[in-house]
Amino acid sequence: MQQSVLTALLGSAIGYLVGHWLGNLIASGYPVVQSSGYNNVAIVLGLCFGVVGWMVGIGTMNYPLAKLVGREPVPESPTEGWTRFFKMTLDHKVVGMQYIVGVLMFFFTGGLFAMAIRTELLSPTTHYWGPDTYLQLVSEHGTIMMMMATSLVVGPFGNFLVPLMIGSRKMAFPRVEAASFWIFMSGFLVILAALPLGGFNTGWTGYAPLQTEAKQGMDCYLVGFAVIGTGMILNGFNQIVTIVNYRAPGMRWTRLPIFVWSMLATSFLLTLATPVFFGAVYFGALDRTVQTAFFVDAHGGSSFLWENLFWFFGHPEVYIMALPGFGIVAEMLPVFTRKPLFAYKVGAAGMFGVALLSFFVWQHHLFQSGINPDMRPLFMLTTELISIPTGFIYLVGMGTLWKARIRYTVPMLFCLALYFNFLIGGVTGVYLSDVPVNVTVHGSFFVMAHFHYTIMGGLVFAFFGGVYYWMPKMTGHMLNDRLGKIHFWFMFVFFNFTFFPLFIVGLLGMPRRVFEYAPRLAHLNDFSSISSFVLGASFLIFVANFVWSIWIDPKPAPQNPWDSKGLEWQVPTPIPYDNFKRIPIVLADPYHYGEPDALPVADLGGELGLASVGAAGPSAAAGAGTSRTGAGDGQSRIVGGGPDE
Amino acid sequence: MTSEETADRIERRREGLSHWKWLTGVWLILTAIIEPVIYFLIWPHLPPGNMTSSARGAQFDMMVLTMIAAPVMVAVLAYFAYALIVFRHPKGRPLVDGPPLRGNLRVQTAWITITSAIVMGAFVFGTYELIVPAGAGGAEGPSPIWTPASHTELPVQVIGQQWIWTYRYPTFGGFETTQLMLPNNTEIAFHVTSLDVIHSFWAYQLGVKADANPGVDDVAFTQTNQLGRITVRCSELCGIWHGAMYGYGEVVSPSAFETWAKAMERRLAPATRLLPPFAWTYTPSANGAGGGYYPQTDPYYDKTLYDQGRSGPEGNLPALRVEKSQRVG
Repeated sequence: MQQSVLTALLGSAIGYLVGHWLGNLIASGYPVVQSSGYNNVAIVLGLCFGVVGWMVGIGTMNYPLAKLVGREPVPESPTEGWTRFFKMTLDHKVVGMQYIVGVLMFFFTGGLFAMAIRTELLSPTTHYWGPDTYLQLVSEHGTIMMMMATSLVVGPFGNFLVPLMIGSRKMAFPRVEAASFWIFMSGFLVILAALPLGGFNTGWTGYAPLQTEAKQGMDCYLVGFAVIGTGMILNGFNQIVTIVNYRAPGMRWTRLPIFVWSMLATSFLLTLATPVFFGAVYFGALDRTVQTAFFVDAHGGSSFLWENLFWFFGHPEVYIMALPGFGIVAEMLPVFTRKPLFAYKVGAAGMFGVALLSFFVWQHHLFQSGINPDMRPLFMLTTELISIPTGFIYLVGMGTLWKARIRYTVPMLFCLALYFNFLIGGVTGVYLSDVPVNVTVHGSFFVMAHFHYTIMGGLVFAFFGGVYYWMPKMTGHMLNDRLGKIHFWFMFVFFNFTFFPLFIVGLLGMPRRVFEYAPRLAHLNDFSSISSFVLGASFLIFVANFVWSIWIDPKPAPQNPWDSKGLEWQVPTPIPYDNFKRIPIVLADPYHYGEPDALPVADLGGELGLASVGAAGPSAAAGAGTSRTGAGDGQSRIVGGGPDE
Repeated sequence: MTSEETADRIERRREGLSHWKWLTGVWLILTAIIEPVIYFLIWPHLPPGNMTSSARGAQFDMMVLTMIAAPVMVAVLAYFAYALIVFRHPKGRPLVDGPPLRGNLRVQTAWITITSAIVMGAFVFGTYELIVPAGAGGAEGPSPIWTPASHTELPVQVIGQQWIWTYRYPTFGGFETTQLMLPNNTEIAFHVTSLDVIHSFWAYQLGVKADANPGVDDVAFTQTNQLGRITVRCSELCGIWHGAMYGYGEVVSPSAFETWAKAMERRLAPATRLLPPFAWTYTPSANGAGGGYYPQTDPYYDKTLYDQGRSGPEGNLPALRVEKSQRVG
């Protein structure tokens, strides 16, 4: 039997049962298990073994296991047809598209939970779900969305586009790439497994000691984040290695597309911040299973420890959710304004500035926690400083719009929406960073509206812009323009209608994650709730558009429908398995709009339909290119081996 | 450079200047309208009101931040609106590239300078407003470093527990109520602690917020200066009834407070005797909430007070207005 998602499901079921049995064998005699009737050891081991079974079942272990026992591994052959989307594959383009479907599964599930939350909040006192179910919904929504957002762009577009944009045939570690996707999807199963186990009621922040006393669904949160975290680390270092080492000759750092810069900055955050959280959830699992006391005050631990570790990861993570969005809009702006990217170096530096500073701001989540008050001015400073490099993305955007030739295509609309939403999200962030004002707004709906404006208003809008923009290259079909515009306007208007009132609700005194609130806030909450239902429905337009344009009325897309100069648009559609017949020689950055004397972005070797440059042109320029990048020569040798070397 | 090119450059420059003039004009007019609106019409209605020093401070800070943010937002939005209208590609015309502007040192320098100046201004302002009003109503942990100038303050202990707020008044024998009563024109020191998980004490109208952590005495200061009702909510997720964890209180005149507190002290004396002796933190019993709690050793705890509290005729503690010099842990 060929390995596919079915064998993976089988493997995870077997793994879960084995782990559960083992856990019962070990811990069923513990006094705490006997008195409570809950065996967390069995759940945690079951989930861990289940994930391992999943990874074995899908086939990610075949190669390393064969190597381990000294057998000759069977090389994975490139698979064809629609079934390849349900299998482990070494094709970075297929992984990218798998990721798109995967993150959308997370996103739509989390979105349904969000609408359920808003249903409860339709009335200040009448309860549709009751407090326990409500908190489960809140926690599942938050956790699923956070898991989704960590990979929303790095997963799909990072894997699909980075090799194409830097002129490589593959990611540095294709098997690691496939593993990062499949372990990400097992996280989806793990976090949903919390529901039959009674859910968890801590929200996505999982604060101890509430975490320690929560029901068994909490184990799914801890294992789920460990699993997702593993995927984040794998994907992160794979991106870094690829970007640093697999650039085509001539792809100097100054020619690197800004999107790749954003992927690089994000990947550093993924690899450096996530291990801290991995440790934290490990401590949490130990507290819950073998009764250690990392977070239990009465036994020598501290509830502050979780808060510190969680936010030490959590705040860089917030920028994992912002930078890729910036990258996408900065990549699309030059195409739809027909101008070079303004202040390219400032934009790239801004992304790294944000990435660096994001490690020094985490205690602004703890301004009212009572933890070291003398550090408050410092964290206020670092938090406010981060708005300077974030502002660079506005400088880049506004400069690029100056005297431009703006085309209002669907991707461009999403891109402009990011600038509008993130402006509100960013400015309200300054209120939160100011400690005296933070006293009022901390822990209220104001915070909630703020981060929805940055993450949903920023990253999710950029993601959908990216989907409309790159879909022709991915599937060979344009998405319908009219449906796309209807989707955009519904999403944009009702996103703002949903979340803007929540700023006011928060300022008027409504804390987060409550199921009851003051009756005077009912009108604003109703307005937000009803808008959120329309917002949810707007994604049906997207799905309809997708189904219509890909299957019902497919129209083949031209090779370069947006007239972009990006390298990824110069390859034919559908993209061949090896991307480039020979490794391209990069001659210019992809933003030379309005520069008639500029060379084309790359020399692809003539056969691939690139507008030919003069006979002497490419070789001379190529010589110049390679001689100026140190990596040049070694590069072509490495990549020349192809994916199965 | 030919004369034709020079003329072209001058022409482009003139065009750019006219764009700038338009933009600056729109920005100035909008800012001139919005700033007075914020100052005169919005400021008095900003949360959380002006019942205490910290609430008034938060209101003032919010006004200042809004007055800083408004021109920035107006500038960005006006620029986008202008650019999106004026620089759009005419429909149906063939695609033409725009001018190849890859950067402008003056614009970039100005941008970085202005944003840095705004940020540094906000930081200096925020730090001043944090330190001078004694922590601005925010939590300062067990050993506060920014304390009120007045030497006497009324300590009120706030105990978060799943899922109710209770208050103990050490000055009046340590009786415990579910209603937060405060005297007007008085410096209050809230000592917030928890018996189980993390809660967050949010007295909205007082402009006070402090997390209730188990085993931690989290101090926050404010000064009352207006009579009125108080709503207290929990703003940190603490379990199933988090949404229902709210209570009420009132700021009353000092004499009314004195009368109330003395009466409560007398009336509740039998109950107070059964409570664990007053302490700044408590260790919850193994049974958790409602199962009783025991004092912990801590720098504030005084053995003699403890004994008097146990043996005195009414479980009465002597006045415990903490002198500043004593409070240093």
